[in-house]
Amino acid sequence: MSKPTPVLEARGLIKRYGHVTALDGADFEVMPGEIMAIIGDNGAGKSTLIKALSGALIPDEGEILVNGNPVVFHSPIDARHYGIETVYQDLAVAPALNIVENMFLGREIRRPGVLGSVFRMLDKKRMLTEATEYMSDLQFRIQSMQQAVETLSGGQRQGVAVARAAAFAEHVVIMDEPTAALGVKESGMVLDLIRKIRDRGLPIILISHNMPHVFELADRIHIQRLGRRIAVIHPKDYRMSEAVAIMTGARDVHEEDKQAI
Amino acid sequence: MTTTSAPAKPRFSLVSILATPTVGPFIALVLASILFASQSDRFLSASNFSLIVQQVMVVGTLAIGQTLVILTAGIDLSNGMIMAFSQILMAKVFMDNAVPAPLAILLGFIAAMAFGAANGLLVTRLKLPPFIVTLGMFNIAFALTRIYTTTTIRMTDSPWHVFFGRTFTVGGDGGTKFTYGSVLMVLLFFIAWFVLRETAIGRRVYAIGDNPEATRLAGINTQRLLVGVYMVAGLFYGIAGLLLISRTGVADPQAGQNANLESITAVVLGGTSLFGGRGNILGTLLGALIVGIFRNGLTLMGVDSIYQWLITGVLVILAVAVDQVTQRRAK
Ligand SMILES: Nc1ncnc2c1ncn2[C@@H]1O[C@H](COP(=O)(O)OP(=O)(O)OP(=O)(O)O)[C@@H](O)[C@H]1O
Ligand SMILES: [Mg+2]
Repeated sequence: MSKPTPVLEARGLIKRYGHVTALDGADFEVMPGEIMAIIGDNGAGKSTLIKALSGALIPDEGEILVNGNPVVFHSPIDARHYGIETVYQDLAVAPALNIVENMFLGREIRRPGVLGSVFRMLDKKRMLTEATEYMSDLQFRIQSMQQAVETLSGGQRQGVAVARAAAFAEHVVIMDEPTAALGVKESGMVLDLIRKIRDRGLPIILISHNMPHVFELADRIHIQRLGRRIAVIHPKDYRMSEAVAIMTGARDVHEEDKQAI
Repeated sequence: MTTTSAPAKPRFSLVSILATPTVGPFIALVLASILFASQSDRFLSASNFSLIVQQVMVVGTLAIGQTLVILTAGIDLSNGMIMAFSQILMAKVFMDNAVPAPLAILLGFIAAMAFGAANGLLVTRLKLPPFIVTLGMFNIAFALTRIYTTTTIRMTDSPWHVFFGRTFTVGGDGGTKFTYGSVLMVLLFFIAWFVLRETAIGRRVYAIGDNPEATRLAGINTQRLLVGVYMVAGLFYGIAGLLLISRTGVADPQAGQNANLESITAVVLGGTSLFGGRGNILGTLLGALIVGIFRNGLTLMGVDSIYQWLITGVLVILAVAVDQVTQRRAK
């Protein structure tokens, strides 16, 4: 049976930091329209893996493929060109800038005509309108789009980072622990946002330590251990405790644990 | 379901106004002005105001560059010495090497930008703290200036070099005289204000000081941007050098030794955070004027200049304290 081509794939990624090997030949794939969760212990190399996939770091060895074609990401801009958008673990927002400025940081829209081409003036009105649209598409509530991000609650900030990624992603959205450090209500808000993105047909890579969230949302679960993919499972075939046991090394990995690869 | 709607109007409460870092110095300024005005008839005259602006035009222009660097969460201790080297170069190549005046001035600007580029490259490539890099560059530029010359060069015979010291009169005969240099400084402030506020580059300068990693992850080449900021700051220091020659009529190798602290004072009084990412360049103009007005008022009152140092020092520490407290409260 021929498998469809993954929208984003990694083969044999290696990344070393001095004596630490963060990625030790890691493979990865995500298929069209699916939510692929990544779980793994602290330090398993989850963040390093997605940083390689989003251009935030360059792996020492290995291959990244978009729709089956090998690509090299030298910076986050390169990944963005392929429609890959990322919500990083530490959020990556500028707290003193307002929501609109954060959403358009690095892809600002200039005014039409001479004001834009010669005087390089920003089209603040248009950016406000578009940012407002993105947020209402996701039914994300906020008082003013022109308030500084630092005035927002943790959940709202997370929402801004997620909405930014969702707004500009055309290919894949990557999220590194988007609900970490959030309360129940705020997590619920972010999970809603994730579902809405999935409903638009965008594949999502979701890193989380929260097993109930993972089992609720994911189509498949990639289990990372010591810098490698050791298993990929369907959540319906496994109990949470089993997944955790594989993740921590408490249970040996059997052949059937890799059947979802 | 309610979603985002029209932007809410910013609310102006007494608390938010008092928490604005520029307000404290501004209140101090108003109170001091009342005192100065009661002590000296000349203080509130238009010609005295023109004199103040003229006195702050050099430090003000330096402070534009300083503001840009501080917004990126850096600091520039070398700016006064870069200015000193730049003005000596633009004077010497004109006098000794018969380089045409406009070209000589241009060379001075280029040298200042080269110093800025060196600062920027050391900060970004070697990841050295700006404080140390620019402290080192302070010494290097100081030494190079002294190696180049130790004598003061009279420049009043070169119309190009002293153009910005010339005056024009506002208000007919017996009106107030302003120097072209004062106008240039104000113009430069407005250009910097426009770029910082209305262009992508400007917003990115704020972003980089606010969260450099987020700025990099947003796909911005932060290293190039930082080097650019230090270079543009250098250009402002070069222009300040030309303004200094214009004002004094000489190129002085001893100039600018306290200019780093004076420009930082203007920036801090103007409400720009030393932590980067927050501030307003027009606040710096206000800050520079505040320092100038204090100096001027105290001079008119006949207060010894050593007390001017004392008061400036107190003002800076107060302004930084306000910055610290508001930042801490924001977290
Ligand atoms: N910039 C860095 N410099 C040095 N070591 C690093 C760096 N980034 C990651 N590492 C190391 O690489 C390993 C993998 O880190 P990574 O952040 O990818 O783990 P993670 O799976 O995301 O963990 P967590 O669940 O805690 O987020 C860790 O041992 C970490 O200490
Ligand atoms: Mg991580």
